[in-house]
Amino acid sequence: MYKYNDFDTAFVTERNAQFRAQVARRIDGSLTEDEFKPLRLMNGLYLQLHAYMLRVAVPYGSLNSAQMTQLALLAEKWDKGYGHFTTRQNIQFNWPKLSDVPDMLDALAEVGMHAIQTSGNTIRNVTSDHFAGAAADEIEDPRPVAELIRQWSTDHPEFQFMGRKFKIAVGAAAEDRAVLKAHDLAVRIVQNATGETGYQILVGGGLGRTPMIGQVINDFLPRADLLPYIESVVSVWNQIGRRDNKYKARIKITVHEHGIDDIRARVAARFALIRPSFTGADQELLSEIKTHFAAPNFRSGSTETYGAAYKADPVFRAWADTNLAEHRNETHAIVTISIKKHGATPGDASADQMRAMAELAAKYGYDELRISHQQNVILPHVHKSDLPALHARLKQHDLATANIGLISDIIACPGMDYCALATARAIPVAQQIATRFDALKLEHDIGHLQIKISGCINACGHHHVAHIGILGLDRAGVENYQITLGGDATWTANIGERAGPGFAYDEIVPAVERIVTAYLDLRTDAEETFLETFRRVGMAPFKAALYPEAVKKVA
Amino acid sequence: MARIFTPKVVTANALIEGDVIYLTADDHWSRDLAQAELITDEAHAQLRLLKAQSQVATIVGAYLADVKPGDNGPEPTHFREDFRRTGPSNYAHGKQEAEANV
Repeated sequence: MYKYNDFDTAFVTERNAQFRAQVARRIDGSLTEDEFKPLRLMNGLYLQLHAYMLRVAVPYGSLNSAQMTQLALLAEKWDKGYGHFTTRQNIQFNWPKLSDVPDMLDALAEVGMHAIQTSGNTIRNVTSDHFAGAAADEIEDPRPVAELIRQWSTDHPEFQFMGRKFKIAVGAAAEDRAVLKAHDLAVRIVQNATGETGYQILVGGGLGRTPMIGQVINDFLPRADLLPYIESVVSVWNQIGRRDNKYKARIKITVHEHGIDDIRARVAARFALIRPSFTGADQELLSEIKTHFAAPNFRSGSTETYGAAYKADPVFRAWADTNLAEHRNETHAIVTISIKKHGATPGDASADQMRAMAELAAKYGYDELRISHQQNVILPHVHKSDLPALHARLKQHDLATANIGLISDIIACPGMDYCALATARAIPVAQQIATRFDALKLEHDIGHLQIKISGCINACGHHHVAHIGILGLDRAGVENYQITLGGDATWTANIGERAGPGFAYDEIVPAVERIVTAYLDLRTDAEETFLETFRRVGMAPFKAALYPEAVKKVA
Repeated sequence: MARIFTPKVVTANALIEGDVIYLTADDHWSRDLAQAELITDEAHAQLRLLKAQSQVATIVGAYLADVKPGDNGPEPTHFREDFRRTGPSNYAHGKQEAEANV
């Protein structure tokens, strides 16, 4: 885990003091809302539907137990006893008072956290693979590079007031777990034919109202060129990106309008100009950062208790089958803790649950936790012999739901229950789908199926890249839900195809059920996943299941 | 012929708490939509909005929201305003919590 040095601590302290003074000036009326808004957004503070919302950065989703415990404190002391983990690996507090926010930020600073650049037209919190440092399929831990980018982008003077926000993700594994192709810029750590490690750079991905899949702008970038290259990309976009229309301001539109070859040439020209100014300090910093991310001393020892529990306890077995992933050390496992109990709000954890997860990370997980963009919490390193005890403790805190990757492991944005931008609710739809399929006792039979729900076209719920995507809209003053099918959030990324007319709030759960029933009928066997079936048979049979009335009319 | 004016209320968020508030006929801010002044005249609506917007140290983001008259005062015509007056649907937080504590 990265530890703040004196510079970092001084920077955050200074920034918090500045913001405290800005809040005081807003409260005494010397700043108007128009003057204050850009300042609060720079510090992660939104005004939502029912209250303020503070979005706290969890850099590349990594936390230690002290940080998680502090988040629990914030939830209890200044919020309503819970926090909401987001699709960008952050945490949001939904109910802070404006006058309490400076104290919340000071409390975060005590554990090396802040809310800087979690909003505004800046480079946002860098995201990464939630299995980073533990995955069996990664070339190296991507987090040092993510941390380097975070430090470079924080308060970068050129990139504080851009045309729009800019999101960067870093991955280093064969499997893409960070939705790299849906980011403004993605860094993929790769090896070339000679075994040299470098970076593949993608640009122009993004969801929102114009979903686009990122394209490769540089297939192999030498390691020392990373920061000047990224700086060149952001700089080129910052100059030629559109500022006349906020919906056309993201780099995906710039790449689309100019073409990837034109952007590549412009970036190369800019790179030639600025590369000489990077004289190696960034590489020294990267080496220093890497020391913070040294892998823990993985314990050896027998994993017999795991095998015995797996055989003897069917509840443990079901959980192990869905919630564990392969660790690079074979005596260890990666544990995903589901914060998606059937009927609960996806991504919400109570203060008690946060504290429990922190304690378990300290006890069984080398003090490490991760937040996934899928809104779950991960203990990246757990010795297999500790898994039965861990599972027993998770059960006590309602954290042992065995549903990772299944139909109830739903991504949902806050939607109109909280968000001022939303056009419809997302959370209750997720709750009802999860409850329904739990009642049907079908979810393990259905297998891997990702449902993602957004409450507006901005697509924070990643609906475009869901196997079954749901988009909530306002149609003539009523909530209406559009379904897309066949989206894919991995390296084979794909934007889902719209199935047809939308469904009313009370029709959306039955509609999803019809899709799933159709899949169960259509699949060749239990091994063929929903996405594989969709790719094989296409939209037509699902459309027929979704709109039986239309089929009747044609007949 | 002039368009028929849809009745309005002036609504905003409180500066400190950030919660939803409504302007009353006697120039107070209420947390309860039923207490809001039902405005049926367009010119009066603009004046009330200006009055609200001048209170920069008390409120944020005042606007005119469509309502219809009901038995117990103004009622929302759109589901967004219905959520604003009620609170989130996943927890009994916000205004629902306040009601429970009365």
